Amino acid sequence: MRPVQKDRPYHAMTSSDIDLPFTKRTLANGLDVIVHEDHHVPIVAVNIWYHVGSKNERPGRTGFAHLFEHLMFEGSEHHNKGYFPPLQQAGALLNGSTNTDRTNYWEVVPTSAIDRALWMESDRMGYLLPALTPERFETQRDVVLNERRQNYENRPYGLAFMALSEALYPATHPYSWMTIGSADDIRAMQLEDVQAFFRTDYHPANASLVLAGDIDTERAFDLADRYFGDLTPGTRPSPVVADASLAREHRLVLEDRVELPRIYIAWLSPAMFAADDAELDLAADLLANGKTSRLYRTLVYERRIALDVSAHQHSRELGSFFLLAATAAPGQSLADLSAEIDAALDGVSATGPSDSEMERALAQAEAHFMYRLQTVGGFGGKSDQLNAYNVMRGNPGYFSADLDRYRRATHETVRDASLRHLRRDARVVLSVIPRGQPALALAGSEPVSVS
Amino acid sequence: MTGVDRSRLPDVGPDPAFAFPEIVRHRLPNGLHVRTVEHASVPVITFVLQVEGGSGADPFDKEGLAAIVADMVDEGTGDLSAIDVSDGLSRIGADYDVDVNPDVTVFSLTTLVKFAERGAALLADMTTKPSLRENDFGRVRQLRLDRLTQLKDLPAAVAERAFLRLMYAQHPYGHLPIGSDAALRRLSLQEVSTLHASMFRPSRATLVVAGALSHDALLQAAAVFGDWKESASMSDQTGQAASALEPSGVSPPRLAIVPREGAAQSELRIGHLSARRNTPDYPALLVMNALLGGQFVSRVNLKLREEKGYTYGARTGFDWRRGLSPFVLQASVHTASTAAAVADAIAEIDGLRESRPPTHDELVLAKTSLTRGYPRNFETVQQVARSVAQLALYDLPDTYFAEFVPKVNAIGEGDVTRVAFRYLDPTRLSTLIVGDHSAIADSLTTLGLGAPSVLPLEV
Repeated sequence: MRPVQKDRPYHAMTSSDIDLPFTKRTLANGLDVIVHEDHHVPIVAVNIWYHVGSKNERPGRTGFAHLFEHLMFEGSEHHNKGYFPPLQQAGALLNGSTNTDRTNYWEVVPTSAIDRALWMESDRMGYLLPALTPERFETQRDVVLNERRQNYENRPYGLAFMALSEALYPATHPYSWMTIGSADDIRAMQLEDVQAFFRTDYHPANASLVLAGDIDTERAFDLADRYFGDLTPGTRPSPVVADASLAREHRLVLEDRVELPRIYIAWLSPAMFAADDAELDLAADLLANGKTSRLYRTLVYERRIALDVSAHQHSRELGSFFLLAATAAPGQSLADLSAEIDAALDGVSATGPSDSEMERALAQAEAHFMYRLQTVGGFGGKSDQLNAYNVMRGNPGYFSADLDRYRRATHETVRDASLRHLRRDARVVLSVIPRGQPALALAGSEPVSVS
Repeated sequence: MTGVDRSRLPDVGPDPAFAFPEIVRHRLPNGLHVRTVEHASVPVITFVLQVEGGSGADPFDKEGLAAIVADMVDEGTGDLSAIDVSDGLSRIGADYDVDVNPDVTVFSLTTLVKFAERGAALLADMTTKPSLRENDFGRVRQLRLDRLTQLKDLPAAVAERAFLRLMYAQHPYGHLPIGSDAALRRLSLQEVSTLHASMFRPSRATLVVAGALSHDALLQAAAVFGDWKESASMSDQTGQAASALEPSGVSPPRLAIVPREGAAQSELRIGHLSARRNTPDYPALLVMNALLGGQFVSRVNLKLREEKGYTYGARTGFDWRRGLSPFVLQASVHTASTAAAVADAIAEIDGLRESRPPTHDELVLAKTSLTRGYPRNFETVQQVARSVAQLALYDLPDTYFAEFVPKVNAIGEGDVTRVAFRYLDPTRLSTLIVGDHSAIADSLTTLGLGAPSVLPLEV
């Protein structure tokens, strides 16, 4: 065994009936290892987070973190070919994803294939660059350009998030660009840039590994140490600092290949897990999620002036944004939708949710936390949640505390959070309208174009 | 040093033992088939109610009716309005979902075990005694009409719709559950009510209850469904005729295009009608598909994505139903690469039959990817309940899950070649493209598939 820096067996801190127990240790090279046992099905989830995302990119070099994720599947020094075949042959399901704040990789393998999965993950953490050829780099650059066309350019309303991001954040703020990056930046990328990126951000001290499922805790730590323990430590990159603020309402219009106009209203809001973050999540449900929400009732059920309405607190590390969106029913005006939305926002900011609405919201939150305990692997499974809490809070045991944020919320705190953050004088209002019909936008909207 | 041997990959150990939990069958006095499964990982329970009849039950010219019936189920029951129903679901944290497929309609409700009775009562009231009010019908239909308008902007949805029509023409399987604009406008509440009455009867339904309770307690949780009255009329075949009807006299064009000027990508569907879900060749077809295009490491994806960089991803599969089901390859490819991608895709399908039979390694990879990961399909209570409902849908034995892995393991190279010959026919493949016609017209002539049929946005 290699020495470990700390050993913190975890015991449930509360008598909560909803719990996610774990044990965490940190290897000498800085890699956090977290183990959770669940023996219901003979599978083990391997989940790795690297604390790097598009927030670590610079203007002119956007799309880097995500392109890099693709290259992680193309082979490493000791397995110098595709990442998928040996794992799929072992019965694994696997994937990866990149967002603004982190990049994650996971495999769900039969218990019998855990060694192979850890060998593969550790080889690409420690020995990627010798296998990174110009040909592989160029093919994946094309794949990413296709992904961009498919998911953004060729999809209705697919460019709205780009327009919103550019309007919410100054051009120097990394949240002002999309994780997919600009097509020009992707085309301009050089292999040397990619190599430098790996050296800075892909190493044990900037990563967190979870093993969850049908595995004994001590054996899991032995295996983690065996495969990852001798990888060279790196220096954890310094945190990204960036500020954003809005001083007025910005009204924008984007013409797109769509049939029906849609309005998006976006606000800057407190960072993930900061004060008011959970309250705004509750406010989103209260306002616009499900048939019982206030705006669904008014816009879709009673007045029938919208086809859909949704709201979401997009919680992120450097600062969140709250987004409300509604699609106009044929022949209905965005001005009418916007007036109803503002009336509903005024209502929440003035009196907050009713007791009955709070009871309902809490019942939903409790059930959804329970449902989150059903899968060990994949996006959103228990292994992914433990890593999220570890990377974003430094504490994998934050699950119960996370639920407590919702249990502690009251109608006053939801009201106050709405009043503080969902302001009319600091927001972006974007009309997305069918091409050639600018009159369908809200009055006073400035045209924007994105690509 | 800890001494990891990096000269070779660690071997994979023997497959861990896995047993699907016991399925217990019950029949209530009203004729309802109930199947219970104990699943104890978290205190959650799932009810899946599967009724005979889905989009294949839509009368001719009334395409979209079954989906509206399914939609009307949560629009009110007894004194409860649509909002009240939604509120009732929220207060038990329920996850409610409806799936209208070609042969059946499946309602699923998941909640915490402590709310099991409330969940069952709500699901029973909603499905068996929906209010079916004119006002709600008008709103639901209008939302679906508007949704159809929006789907015109989604190349994948346009392609799905056009491809089914190419495959099945006027057969009951030849449309998406959402139906068409013209048909939806023709529907009346009376027709909704009539179809509901013939589809929703205990003797024609299966209820699966799975969760962290004993079989007895699971059955008890569903006791409220015992109040569901069987109507007096004789047995009803609604929705069951589609699978028996052979799609005859359909000869789809080899090449068809739905023009979408200025599209950044071409949405492709390439396939033909092929097999039924309950064919004994199902395991061999799964293996064949896995190596052809059913997973990331398959011939089609490696060629189109990894080697050529035409697409973010390409895959093949069967759109299973009780009756004759399509085999289809799908991909969204860069406009400039459209013709080349079609040629490569067809060459991969063709090659599997003759010039490039499966290699030993490919066969092993395809089989192990299906068998070794099999247990993870049954991790959650919803997965388990839905899997058991599938047994009822396709009339498969309760031993099906236990037999799956041995059956797949028994497939050899010869089996794959045999089913490729029997169920894939490159000369019958229809290629549908949703894309920029003027940009790709010239290159399409190189394919040798003749002049494309130009299809309207709505078919």
